[in-house]
Amino acid sequence: MSGNQSNVDSVQSRRVTWEGCSVLLDINDGDRLVFSRLTENSTLKIGKKNYSLRPLIGCPFGSLFQVEYGAEGSKLSRLLRSAEVSNIEDNGDYQPVEEHRDNRELVDNNKAQSLSGEDIEELRRQGATGDEIIEALIANSATFEKKTAFSQEKYRLKKQKKYAPRVLLRRPVARSICETYFTKYPARIGFMRVDTLSLLLSMANVAANSDILVVDMVGGLLTGAVAERMGGSGYVCNMYLESSPYPMDIVRMFNFGDEICKRIVRTSLSDLCSVQNDPSEQMGHDVSIQNDPSEQMGHDVSATANSSNEQMCSHETLTEPSGMEEIALPSENEVSKCKIPKAGDKASQETIDLWKANGFSSLIVAAPELDTWNTVKDLMPHLSHSAPFAIYHQYLQPLATCMHRLQSEKMAVGLQISEPWLREYQVLPSRTHPCMQMSAFGGYILSGVKICNPESA
Amino acid sequence: MLALDTSKKLSFSKLIASGDLVIVYERHETMKAVKVCEGSVFQNRFGMFKHSHWIGLPFGSKVYSNKSGYVYLLAPSPELWTLVLSHRTQILYIADISFVIMYLEIVPGCLVLESGTGSGSLTTSLVRAVAPTGHVHTFDFHEQRAASAREDFERTGVSSMVTVGVRDIQGKGFPDELCGLADAVFLDLPQPWLVIVSAAKMLKPDATLCSFSPCIEQVQRSCEALRTNFTDIRTFEVLLRTYEVREVKINSMRGQGGSPCQQPPCKRRHTNEGSDKQESVSSAIMARPSAEARGHTGYLTFARLRCSA
Repeated sequence: MSGNQSNVDSVQSRRVTWEGCSVLLDINDGDRLVFSRLTENSTLKIGKKNYSLRPLIGCPFGSLFQVEYGAEGSKLSRLLRSAEVSNIEDNGDYQPVEEHRDNRELVDNNKAQSLSGEDIEELRRQGATGDEIIEALIANSATFEKKTAFSQEKYRLKKQKKYAPRVLLRRPVARSICETYFTKYPARIGFMRVDTLSLLLSMANVAANSDILVVDMVGGLLTGAVAERMGGSGYVCNMYLESSPYPMDIVRMFNFGDEICKRIVRTSLSDLCSVQNDPSEQMGHDVSIQNDPSEQMGHDVSATANSSNEQMCSHETLTEPSGMEEIALPSENEVSKCKIPKAGDKASQETIDLWKANGFSSLIVAAPELDTWNTVKDLMPHLSHSAPFAIYHQYLQPLATCMHRLQSEKMAVGLQISEPWLREYQVLPSRTHPCMQMSAFGGYILSGVKICNPESA
Repeated sequence: MLALDTSKKLSFSKLIASGDLVIVYERHETMKAVKVCEGSVFQNRFGMFKHSHWIGLPFGSKVYSNKSGYVYLLAPSPELWTLVLSHRTQILYIADISFVIMYLEIVPGCLVLESGTGSGSLTTSLVRAVAPTGHVHTFDFHEQRAASAREDFERTGVSSMVTVGVRDIQGKGFPDELCGLADAVFLDLPQPWLVIVSAAKMLKPDATLCSFSPCIEQVQRSCEALRTNFTDIRTFEVLLRTYEVREVKINSMRGQGGSPCQQPPCKRRHTNEGSDKQESVSSAIMARPSAEARGHTGYLTFARLRCSA
């Protein structure tokens, strides 16, 4: 299985799961989203039971599984194509028929269904499939025939979710990871919505063969998304401005192979600013002059970062004390057994020297806890000529202040503060309208292009 | 425009050379793409600029005209290109473009099919997303526009990554030789539902499709057609709201109460400690949404090709 790691980065082979890969499980059409890792022993809890995830290993992403009841108890089994399409909503033959029924006589008093919970259990014991139970419930409902066609569809869907739950195997990529976090734990990603993230990547011209400077205080989502779009070339420099690096746990969910992981490196601002062989230039306490001690310190830094990753404690629990059970992080044993490549090693001195010589091609900042203007002011000199930048913040004021300063000090042009707006639509025959729920807020972005102004040396 | 290999990267050492494409920035939303040429001259309201003065300068430099006006010379990027390219058709802008690329899950190495090419606005960003190992096949049924697009791709230096075909995709579908190879398909056509079956043949299982349509009726028909072979069908609208930032002077009267109020025209400009009515001028940075905004571009419908067993 570990042989797959070598071609994990090629777009082709990433379409089938392998042992040790990270997956996003979508239960009942988005009702519940769970990140997991497919190992021999991993399980998923649905209702009161734990189901082994082993049947999912080796299946293509996009496969659908349903809970099946068999002689040995229930398990997840893969749904074949024909069974998938049995869902009414997917029926392409919808004919708009005049609907004569309405709900004037329907009273919601819980007395319509004549099958009891015990009856259903009995059916299960007799080997009935989920779909058969649903048919039985429909047959025993006094009000089903009186419902409108749409209402019947909704009823069927509701029963299916309860008695024949389905699990969709999704690929964790920037889009799905961001959407899931935004739905479940938005605070951990600083309320960065998926369209906002996509704008950051465009505005900062994220592409292959670039050196992109990133200040990521949103759990590693930004770093991972940038690395994904660089595809294994160039560097993502995850920079920390204080004494210790920021957590980057989300990067591990992307299933990056070695090639991409190597490209995600960390460095501190003081390391970038320090001049070799000149002790008076040191700005931070963790900078050393010779290569050897800094290599060792680098190892310590990344070890600390990794152990905090494993526990996922310190930073995470402060912001979101509950709900952590849905993210199954591998234990130390599992990590070494599955050989999950690690990202976030300290940048080598050679690489740092290159950055000092050439500058970074662009900058993205998502740092709610830092002062925006001071951060940008410190980082701008490290950007190449005409480099674009994109600064994300939940609050407008810090960006307004930063924009004003950049303007008055003539450090950038093309400055713009944008607020993305996203609305989803339900498109169904005779039922098309914007969705009832909507995200009102996904953050603000300040974007611009660095200019070289000889007037303000 | 794109660093197709590491030697072409933007850096401190890369200077403007003859033959380079630069984006001349006059002010916000007034920019122009210019190809630098030793003997040429650029003219605008600020005066006349000689290209020879530009050569050897770093990108991002401020350059002056013969009349002491100035502009900035920026390095081209797909975003800037979208703002300066000539519109042969209605184009897609950054909000839609960035969302499409993320939602189609396009990464380096992908093979992407697009129809129609239009003015190549999205195409340029698609190329960036798949570079250096992927490819974009884009089709337009208008021969002239296809030719203009090819010229633009030459100008921006991305032609090795994109193939422009003249083809009526609505009538004929995508070419058979691309069957089963596409990681993503993008449609910007008047009747995209006619192309769904062909698109399904082109895509790998679980691969993504996007259709951009200005009208809701088009969206409805497309979604109906998608239901047979596609899943995860979702339709969105994306828009950008921009903000204006200004430094506003606030005059506040300090004295009894000390609350700032509407001032009659004031004479004193500095705080005068000797008097009992003190007045100070401070300023605050304020932001407010811009009054104008784009209300609608189009609906974006995304879907995934179902996996077969």
